[in-house]
Amino acid sequence: MKRNSWQDYQKQIADDHYYYARSCIRQNFFPGSERAFIDILTRDLGKDLLDDPKHSSCTGIGYHSDIVPLETIMTVVARQFSLMNEVGYENFVTSCITSFGIYTEILATWQEFPETEERTREYLRKATGREFTKPASLAHTSDIVFHFRDDIAARAKRRLVNAATGEPLRVVEHIGCHYAKIFPKSGIGGSEFPYVLAGMVESWGGECVDYPERRHCCGFGFRNYLVQANRGYSIANSHKKLESMAPYKPDFIVANCPGCAMFLDKWQYTIAEMEGTTYGENGHGIPVLTYEEMAGLVLGYDPWELGMQMHQVDVEPLLDKMGVEYDPAAKYLGRNGKFIGKPDTAAVNCGQSELLYDIKE
Amino acid sequence: MKKAIVIGGGPAGMQTALQLARRGVEPVIVERENALGGKLRNWHRLFPTFTPATDVLAELRRRVDEKGIEVHLSTEVESFTAKSVKLSDGRTMPCDAVVVTTGFTLFDARIKEEYGYGIYDNVVTSTDLERMFNEGRVVKADGSQPRRIAFLHCVGSRDEKVCQQHCSRVCCVTGVKQAIETKQLLPEADVFNFYMDIRMFGPGYEELYREAQQQYGIHFVRGRISEAAATHDGRIRIKAEDTLTGRPLRMSVDLLVLLIGMRANDTNAAFAAGAGLTRAASGFLQPENLFLDSVRSGVEGIFYAGAVTAPKTVGETVNEAIAAADAAAEYLSKN
Amino acid sequence: MAAINFGYTISQPRAIDIDRNNLRKSDEILREMPELQTCIGCGSCTASCTAGNLTEFNFRKVHTLVRRGEYQGAYEELNKCMLCGKCRLVCPRGINTRGVILLIKRKLGDF
Repeated sequence: MKRNSWQDYQKQIADDHYYYARSCIRQNFFPGSERAFIDILTRDLGKDLLDDPKHSSCTGIGYHSDIVPLETIMTVVARQFSLMNEVGYENFVTSCITSFGIYTEILATWQEFPETEERTREYLRKATGREFTKPASLAHTSDIVFHFRDDIAARAKRRLVNAATGEPLRVVEHIGCHYAKIFPKSGIGGSEFPYVLAGMVESWGGECVDYPERRHCCGFGFRNYLVQANRGYSIANSHKKLESMAPYKPDFIVANCPGCAMFLDKWQYTIAEMEGTTYGENGHGIPVLTYEEMAGLVLGYDPWELGMQMHQVDVEPLLDKMGVEYDPAAKYLGRNGKFIGKPDTAAVNCGQSELLYDIKE
Repeated sequence: MKKAIVIGGGPAGMQTALQLARRGVEPVIVERENALGGKLRNWHRLFPTFTPATDVLAELRRRVDEKGIEVHLSTEVESFTAKSVKLSDGRTMPCDAVVVTTGFTLFDARIKEEYGYGIYDNVVTSTDLERMFNEGRVVKADGSQPRRIAFLHCVGSRDEKVCQQHCSRVCCVTGVKQAIETKQLLPEADVFNFYMDIRMFGPGYEELYREAQQQYGIHFVRGRISEAAATHDGRIRIKAEDTLTGRPLRMSVDLLVLLIGMRANDTNAAFAAGAGLTRAASGFLQPENLFLDSVRSGVEGIFYAGAVTAPKTVGETVNEAIAAADAAAEYLSKN
Repeated sequence: MAAINFGYTISQPRAIDIDRNNLRKSDEILREMPELQTCIGCGSCTASCTAGNLTEFNFRKVHTLVRRGEYQGAYEELNKCMLCGKCRLVCPRGINTRGVILLIKRKLGDF
């Protein structure tokens, strides 16, 4: 695709010293990804990052579900900034797209309506006795990985190419709505042709797929999946995207939003069980990766160390294609080597036969 | 003999110069490009009569030649007052009055990123389509014939998101005209026009619209296309709402034509600052009075004609040029 | 299949998909009465409609949907028309609206 316009949308991304804010849900669904981000930054790239155990949820899920009021979320955000000030950092990076959207939106609201900032300062003072200064820079973790994509490429152990044919892997990049749809200028490449993931894919040897529903929401939508009766149109969005991308035969999907990666992965299971439809090769699903997992594979990390055994759609076909060496028997062995349980066979994984780890069980 | 400099050598500038000459004023045309004619040079036929643009252009040029009007081509104006025009090469041309006929700038469709102009080969603009008409064929980027074509009205007009809140007026009827011409070249093709409002303000326009609907079977869908994307087979997938049925609408087309609007020239700001002129919120130059003095700038000795003050048709522009030249001649007879 | 009851199903898109719709009937209708294309959606037909004041019947919407290849339910909707002719009287484009109704019904049903 001729993406000419992405260079028009540039943002300042700090080069070092990050204050890291985690996501609420990623540690459940893609538990290795946040760890991988820290490792890539500190071990591979030698950067300084603080993973502060004191910080809390940004309350974004509650906010978007009409449970947490605006004043409350503003105060929570102010507290995170205050914690960052306390340890002497000024570059705030957040692992969640919705958090990123919320921080961006709140900073813009404070800018536009200074009285809301004043009120927030008062609430924070009353609630915690804290003060805060705003961060010098705010970035999403995918911005940081994008920022260092060439450094990662230089250290690459593997590339996003088919090891057997040498062809670039075909990648669907999916950008979380709250990354740049609220403030196009806050995202690399803007909202229509975002480049944050495409830049990584291209740097690491892959090829992006531009399919008609590329810009469509995954269907996460907060209250739309929280309420069971609404899940029909939550899943319909992922369904629409999968239908639209399938003819391009993507090798995998990469997303930069906790919800998108989760739903594009798990709804494939649901659709397969409901309709018997699968979208990947040989009747499998299409593996869905986080960008940290993608970066991790490129840097030679072990897939199970990256937490890829927690995916709904099996990643082995992708690993085989990339020529990644892995121990199939170790898939469901946790970090301490103890069996962590395994999912039932599912249509999306071709109802796979029993594997070696059953013996160990 | 009093001398008036006409800045811009499009239809407005040529007609202004001709009328000035008739009124005994010495006109000098200063044109940035290397030929007279302005945007008309790139147009194939004019609405609503399908008159070849070259007919109008050739006649205006012939008259300018015949009168022996002094023309400076490839000459850019940096700033001016009523008494002198400063060129960007540093020269200054003295004069007794100035008529500003610098027209408009075509909206850059790439700014409406969601339509993928410059990214998808089969997304073209109304000016690209005129070029195809001049070549006598409407084809896709690969040279094949399109079977389904969509026109999108109001690209860069009536759109706060791209700072163009005004209506460019002429694109509606241009869309109707181009749809008919397309249908004439490709009778088997299905043509869809996506619009927000159809503004048929001129003589014969509404009739043309009706002809497009009834005789040519062109489909008009009330709804603005929200995005365009490439399909697996190289077509363009568009999304809109069919607002008259209240349902989202999707379809693939072989060619998407963006009817780009007329925006104010970037030079207007510098000109206004240099000569003490007023600009409207749209960026176009603001006449002294819209009813009685629409060709006067409000600054003594500076006059306007054509699309420099607002989007206008060729006919309106050429007529206004006469009024501007008359006002300038009247001013020069008194000063 | 469907061994699992998820408590919901995949919602069907309500978009008009011109690529999927079969426009043959629509084309036939427009070929026979090209004046229907001249509708400018003013709504005076529906405003004056006897049936439309008592039911959900909306002639403008029904014929627009038919033109887009959405035939489902159109025949039944048009059965609500009382053929009083007021719509034809008010149409600024002079469309023979009663003729349109009878034509659509003929094309879509066994009228």
